[in-house]
Order: sequence, then structure tokens, then C-alpha cells
Amino acid sequence: MSDLTTLTIAEARAKLDAGEISSVELTQAFVDEIDKADALNAFITKTPEKALEMAAQSDQRRAKGEAAGKLEGIPVGIKDLFCTEGTLTTAGSHILDGFVPDYDSTVTTNMWRDGAVMLGKLNLDEFAMGSSNETSYYGPVVNPWQRKGSNAKLVPGGSSGGSATSVRANLCMAATATDTGGSIRQPGAFTGTVGLKPTYGRCSRWGIVAFASSLDQAGPITKTVEDAAIMLGSMAGHDVKDTTSVDVPVPDYEAVLTGDIRGLKVGIPKEYRVDGMPSEIEDLWAKGIEWLKSAGAEIVDVSLPHTKYALPTYYIVAPAEASSNLARYDGVRYGLRVEGDDIIDMYEKTRAEGFGEEVKRRILIGTYVLSAGYYDAYYLKAQKVRTLIARDFTQAFETVDVMLTPSTPSPAFGIGERMDDPLAMYLNDIFTVSLNMAGLPGISVPAGISQEGTPLGLQLIGKAFDEATLLRTGQIIEQAAGDLPTPASWWKEMS
Amino acid sequence: MSVDLATVRHIAHLARISISDEDAKNMEGDLNSILEWVEQLSEVDTDGVEPMTSVVHMEMKKRDDVVSDGGYAEKIVHNAPAYEETFFMVPKVIE
Repeated sequence: MSDLTTLTIAEARAKLDAGEISSVELTQAFVDEIDKADALNAFITKTPEKALEMAAQSDQRRAKGEAAGKLEGIPVGIKDLFCTEGTLTTAGSHILDGFVPDYDSTVTTNMWRDGAVMLGKLNLDEFAMGSSNETSYYGPVVNPWQRKGSNAKLVPGGSSGGSATSVRANLCMAATATDTGGSIRQPGAFTGTVGLKPTYGRCSRWGIVAFASSLDQAGPITKTVEDAAIMLGSMAGHDVKDTTSVDVPVPDYEAVLTGDIRGLKVGIPKEYRVDGMPSEIEDLWAKGIEWLKSAGAEIVDVSLPHTKYALPTYYIVAPAEASSNLARYDGVRYGLRVEGDDIIDMYEKTRAEGFGEEVKRRILIGTYVLSAGYYDAYYLKAQKVRTLIARDFTQAFETVDVMLTPSTPSPAFGIGERMDDPLAMYLNDIFTVSLNMAGLPGISVPAGISQEGTPLGLQLIGKAFDEATLLRTGQIIEQAAGDLPTPASWWKEMS
Repeated sequence: MSVDLATVRHIAHLARISISDEDAKNMEGDLNSILEWVEQLSEVDTDGVEPMTSVVHMEMKKRDDVVSDGGYAEKIVHNAPAYEETFFMVPKVIE
């Protein structure tokens, strides 16, 4: 029965509906796989008992003939940034030691309402700050992929590295993730999974540990575009508890996968042709253009002149918001406390011990750019440039329906290779970060294999609240790319 | 603009993070290279440009001004490192 873990959500749902398998059988298959995959370090907390109990309840609902939800009986992993009632929630940080929420995030509540089964909480960069999943207090996540002829460990990308790894290694059927500057799409590209970052406001942020509130957005990581459509349909929706969640109808995303993109106008932003881009990335992009053209799309050159300023703008806005959001971790209300001489000393020692290097670096940058005398020069300036970045997109979308770019400037790199230079690490997000600045949706779809034998992805950027076009176009790329290889399961021999 | 060691210490104190001499020195280098890199934004002409306040154009929804949640203080405090009944416990702040 081990084949059960390689099914897509759509396939498993059909088997469950037909009574060929039960959710308990399906869930048990994943629980067994997870136990063989400790070498990947994808889970911070495994919840097998809870999973089997939820699966049994799902089977009972089906037996009673109750209407099956979108995710009825489907075992999923939850990025450990989403609060889950009664289950440890860490955000990958020492400072949240022992934090067990009494509530679920709205996104996870929606998924349980639709019948999903929770396998556990997935590893991530600390507070979702990172592009390689190496900043977690719980250690780095390992990419299931290895370079040809090498057993060197590669990063899965970040910050949703545990989500991407666990989906690719068949440790869960799909996973929740979050994207502030690329944290869904970049790990999607590095692991050969589909990563969908919805429009800002499409999914509620309530109950998700906050990093940069004007940028954070939840979305799915899945094996296929169709599964991304199923997951988003469950995760999305207006929520009175999040005033930035938008009250617009959630379309039936599965119904939009028509396979027809004739007449679609696809923009190719010339500023994404960056200096020193590896030829294999350039070739993949050209291939993607050809695929969409032969499916009947019209290719249009567009310009996003402020693209090069998106990353430096991000590294002012995101740390500024993070420094404010992370002020709440003070050793009083939850998590770690380190005793001090007085209350200020207690705060300072707790935060010094509880936060890792990258988180401290961003808090300090954020504190500096918001401090008296520097606010106008940095933060206000960055918010103005952000307006210009968003305006670029608005203007380009007057002539096109969607844009196509590479997802990342390189395939997955080795663990430890880029940890010494924060700036080099930040450049990973060069293609993903702009659309966060404008609140737009994006999807990374596996599209090819690098010369090193590891996955590469293509990114589609959509108009606000037009995830439907992203999914429909993404599926064309997925079909054109054909059957891509999957990684050899070397990790099973290590446990 | 660049930061010196004293500024790093000052920011760390504002952020309530104690910092060792060695860490402050490393942070000084890191922060300066990041600040130098973001400096490129100064070449962008932003005269007359409104700063971004919200990426999505929407009317913020208002709800009735009534109590809609609460009444479970014991659930709130149970995650605290130190509490008694429904109070958070902290070191003495007033003599």
C-alpha cells in the first residue's frame, strides 16, 4: 500500500469517494513514511495519534453519508507558523518554547471544516526569515533532491522548506505555507513542487505568527496545479477576524482548469533578464514562452522599470514590520523567559537567547530604519518606491493578463554554502519579491531539471484576485513539461 | 549613512536585545553592508509619490462596537512562563 503516498489529492479523493480506500489507511501510509524520513528534518512536531483520530472521524462522516468536504480525509502538513489548537506551535524559534495555542488559525480551521487530517507541524526558517531553511532553531531541513553523482545535502529553499520537502518526499499530500518575499515559490522551485502565493487578502492572516504584516500571505505547496486549486479553495475566504482579508467571492478553482488559454496575453518583463543569469534558466524561460505560445497565448514584451529596487525596498519594509511584530516576545506572556536583575534585563536576556542571528539582524535593521531621524530617509522612502513598483505592475497589466518569469536565479544550493553572506542569501528572492511589494498573486510550477539534476521552476504573476488565470496557465506549463523525475528516496536508508 | 559600534549598542537596547562585544562587532559589519546596499534607493526619484499604505484598494469593514470575544483569562495566561491565577508574573517594577 506504500503507493498511496504518491497519489495527488485529486486521485486520493476519487479513491476515497469510491470507497476503494479509507482515510485511516491513507493516513497510516503517511505516518509510516514520516517515521522513515527523520534524515530530512521536515517535521518539528509529528501528530500521528491526532492524524489517525481525525482520519477515523472522516471515515465515519463518509459512512454516515454526510457531504464530503473539499479535503475530506486528506492528510496534510501544517507549516509551524500556523497556530493549531492543542499542538505546539514554534515558528521555528527558541523564544516560543512550549507555546500551545488554545485556538486554530482561520486557514487551518477552514481546512478542518473541509475534512483535512493533520499529520504534524512542519519545519521552517525562524519566524519565516530565510531563503534556505537554515535559520530554524530546530535545524536545517534537507532537500529530498541531490545533485547527480553527489550525496551532498542541498537546501529545500525557504522559508517554507519543511512544507516543500515533505510534499516532495511523500510525507504529506499537501502542505500549508506562507510567502512574504518568496517563501512559498522559491522552495517550490527548489523541490519540484507547485507553490502558490495568493493575492494579499485572499487568505486570512488570523492565527498565523506575524512576520511582515503588509506582505505575509498564506498559500499551498502541492504536487500538482490541480491540487493547488483544491487547497486554495479550502484555505481562502473572508474573515471578520482579519480586517485585511478581502470580502470577495472565492471562485471554484477546480472548475477554472479548462486547459484553454487561447488568446491569453502573456507578458515577458524584460527587467527579469538579469546580468549573469545562468543559461539553463534563460533556456527554461524560452521554453516556457514556446509552450504558452503553442497553447494559443499571445506573447507581449512588457517593462517593470523599478524591478531592481524591489529587493532593497523589501529589506527596509519587512524588517521594519518584523521589529514591531516581534516586540511581543518578551518572556512575559508565552515561551522562553531568561531571568535578569530587573524587568528590562529580563527582556534583554530573554530576547538575546530566544532569537537566532538572522532574526536579530532583521530586528536591529528594522529598529534602526524606524528610529528617530532615519524614518524618512529609509522607511518613508521605501514605501514611496513601493508605490512605484506597484504602479509598474498596474501599467503592465493594462496590456497583458499574466506574466511569465523564472522562479529563481539558480537551482537548489548546498547546505552551508551561502550562510556567511546575508546579502548573497537575500538575492535568492530577486524574482519572487516584487509581487509581494504589490500584493499580487504568483505561482511557481516545476518546469525542468537543471544540469545538476535538480528541479527548476517557472513563475507566473497574476492580476490581483486572479488566481484562476494563474492556475489555468500553470497547468498548461505543467502538462507541457511532461513527466518530470522524482528524487530517489535515499533518506529511508538513513533511519 | 553607516552605523558605528555605539549605534549598534543603542539600537540593540531600543530593541531590548542584550548584545555581547563580539556580536556587536559582527552586527556592525552586517548592518553596514545591508544599509550600503539599500542606499541605491536614493537614486529613485520619488518626488510627489505617495507612500504605500495598503496594497489592496478596499474600504475597511467596520463591526458593531460590542464585545465579541473574551471571558477566558485562564486560557490566556496558561502559556506564560510564570503566572498566578489569572495574572502574569513579572519581576518587581515598583519599589
